[in-house]
Amino acid sequence: MIETLLDAPQGTGQAVRMLLRSLLEKKIVDALLLPVRMPGASVAPALVRDPALVDNSAPLAPVMPINAARAVQALTITGHRQKLGVVLRSCEIRALVELTKFQQAKLDDVVIVGVDCLGTYGVEVWHQAPDKQALIDGLLASAGDGNLVPAHGLAFRSACQICEQPVPTGDHVALTVGLLGVEPGTLFLHARDDIAHALDLSASTTPPRRAQAIKSLTDARIAARDLAFASYRTRVDSIQGLLAEFGPCIRCHNCMTNCPICYCRECIFRTPTFEHDSELLYQWAERKGSVRLLPDTLLFHLTRLNHMVTSCVGCGMCTEACPAGIDVGTVFRAVGDKVQALFDYHPGRSLAEAAPVQEFREDELKTLGERPH
Amino acid sequence: MADEFEPRIIAFLCNWCTYTGADLAGTSRIQYPPNIRIIRLMCSGGLDPVYVSKALLEGADGVLIGGCHPGDCHYQSGNYKARRRIAILQSILAQVGFDPDRVWLRWISASEGAYFADTVTQMVSALKAKGPNPLKGQGAI
Repeated sequence: MIETLLDAPQGTGQAVRMLLRSLLEKKIVDALLLPVRMPGASVAPALVRDPALVDNSAPLAPVMPINAARAVQALTITGHRQKLGVVLRSCEIRALVELTKFQQAKLDDVVIVGVDCLGTYGVEVWHQAPDKQALIDGLLASAGDGNLVPAHGLAFRSACQICEQPVPTGDHVALTVGLLGVEPGTLFLHARDDIAHALDLSASTTPPRRAQAIKSLTDARIAARDLAFASYRTRVDSIQGLLAEFGPCIRCHNCMTNCPICYCRECIFRTPTFEHDSELLYQWAERKGSVRLLPDTLLFHLTRLNHMVTSCVGCGMCTEACPAGIDVGTVFRAVGDKVQALFDYHPGRSLAEAAPVQEFREDELKTLGERPH
Repeated sequence: MADEFEPRIIAFLCNWCTYTGADLAGTSRIQYPPNIRIIRLMCSGGLDPVYVSKALLEGADGVLIGGCHPGDCHYQSGNYKARRRIAILQSILAQVGFDPDRVWLRWISASEGAYFADTVTQMVSALKAKGPNPLKGQGAI
């Protein structure tokens, strides 16, 4: 691994685009998955083959329409013929690591390029913002000291407000584009040796303010996260709280559809298991006095918690997808925090660690199941 | 006494150990409370938490999961997997405001008929102390 600081007189965004373009031009990768400007100024991940079209990309756009780990899944699950570069933010890389563990993506011949995340806005907020470049520039300006503030009158997505892992880390990341603690007019790269060699990068200095900027941002986010967790635990301290939390749910399953970890093609909620015979619904209404329709709304959320909260990377796509305004992501993060701690598991941290539901140890949870004394 | 709360327990028992243990309790004529409704599984490791959650949401006062003792699983390791899943489930239940002690995991072998009867007796009395599942009175949820 080498670290290098490059001059970027043309501006950070352009410098990143030129760097990514050179990955294609130097044949380090054959194709690049990266955020690209779409008609109407929206941004979406796209697979780019033509180096010239990288100029139309928006790798720093503070918007995340989908968790692009799902795009990498689509590109790699059936095997891929080419060397693929993927430009992702930290939560997308973590989701990709989890998907890889579950054999839903393959990372052979995939070059992961991580970009420091300066926070993202909701798709709607981004879409309605009149001056999108100003949003990017504003964040780049505040990245120097790590005190990231959203543009006036706007807010980051709720998941971003409590994200304490904005910097891509791990051996699986081949190249990191550092923005935090980096002065305007410069570009900081953290590159694996083979990538550094191919890009002709030589080691130079680390920006002096980088460590402090990351720490200051992380500390602020941890404080916000702990407040959000405390608020959740106050709201949902009884079953009444849970019923209130998910009361507005319209059972559209959007949170599941947009969750990068919820990959099951044969999800039990998409099978006839819960397509109850109407006679059964009448029976339940008879027994309980009334029955909520569509049925099994709360069961859906409880089951999703059971099935994937151990691997939740906290990207918050579920919250964005919820038409009823439920902050599903914060529920999953708060609950996941304690469940993951049971197994000292950090979703997305390393490909070498099996997910909790993939393994067991004989010498754990010794008292569970034993006759109490 | 007619009005005393009688908890209803759904039990998911593995075919090889606990279900056979329950059978032994029966053939040995060991008395235990009739509050339990048994569903036989091939292995505790095959139990998806969705079914435990469904039982609780539908108003079951308790759920008992029975498997072979650690090391004795007919399929080598199903009970270890069940143990992780139940640990996850109990942690989640506690964090969504639901009493996780309504879910019991017990290792009961095929020869432990008396222990099975004893477990049911204890669970019934523990649930009587807790009272009915708070979701039972909720109507539409």
